[in-house]
Amino acid sequence: MNKIGVIGGRDSVLGFRALGLDTCIAENGEQAKAALHRMAKENYAIIYITEHLAAQIPAEIERRREDVSPAVILIPGREGSLGIGTAGVHAAAEKAVGADIL
Amino acid sequence: MPTTTVNPTRMELTRLKGRLRTAQRGHKLLKDKRDELMKQFMEVVREDLALRQKVEQSLARAYGSFTVASALMSPEMLEQALLCPKQSVSLETGTENVMSVEVPRYEFKLASEDGGNIYPYGFAQTSGELDDAVRELGDILPDLLRLAEVEKATQLLAAEIERTRRRVNALEYVKIPQMQQNIKYITMKLDENERANTIRLMKVKDIILKEAIEERRETDKAEGADV
Repeated sequence: MNKIGVIGGRDSVLGFRALGLDTCIAENGEQAKAALHRMAKENYAIIYITEHLAAQIPAEIERRREDVSPAVILIPGREGSLGIGTAGVHAAAEKAVGADIL
Repeated sequence: MPTTTVNPTRMELTRLKGRLRTAQRGHKLLKDKRDELMKQFMEVVREDLALRQKVEQSLARAYGSFTVASALMSPEMLEQALLCPKQSVSLETGTENVMSVEVPRYEFKLASEDGGNIYPYGFAQTSGELDDAVRELGDILPDLLRLAEVEKATQLLAAEIERTRRRVNALEYVKIPQMQQNIKYITMKLDENERANTIRLMKVKDIILKEAIEERRETDKAEGADV
């Protein structure tokens, strides 16, 4: 069975646990990186990570961008949206079209 | 001038012509692929952006409810209430082929022990705001999964489009002109050889003719002297 993981701060992931998703609490970039590695190795299909943590490990996120699995998806954390996720969509559009047309 | 040294032979010419035909067909096919990928990409990226905005807004709302709930309850109580989830999500992953790009497809099933009740706690010691927060998050879940699907598709398609565009450009602006130039060089060289050969033959013919005339004149002279 494929699993869905959520990496984020304590406050951010609390609710996802109630939904039955696997959560992993990470308070800094190091912990987030370790959690991401572990989840990727354990065949998680989707890993949600809060933007706040993703901002600290951009290289790790970038590396998994072109792999089919796992899908690393940024979600806003408790602290609010940093706009990184939306920026990612714009970056993809720019990469494909050559200009940000959205 | 050709950029690389080519043998100006007929065999090389035939080979190059064949390669040029293949390259032109490949170029056309890749261009079509790029156009179709772009069409698919535009659909996906628009959905991605819309979905992302929706999810981010709903998440912010759900977090708000959680903040209220955590203000009304002690952190320990909150933790305890959410510790053992009643609901579980099982995910089936598959892939869909979009123009030779493998794009993930997720099928998910929600399984809760008793239908409808997603709250993993008793109502006695928790606040109503927590119920709201959990329900809101539960409502977001389908969108969140769809977002994962669409966002991954966007990333993969973008990478494939970039690759395809590079190949189209390499063929269009480097490979095909290079081969055309080489073909031109070889044909010109062969024509030149042909002309050189003709001239040589004409020269040889002249020399032979001149010699024959000389010889004839000499024999005529000898005959004249005899007479």
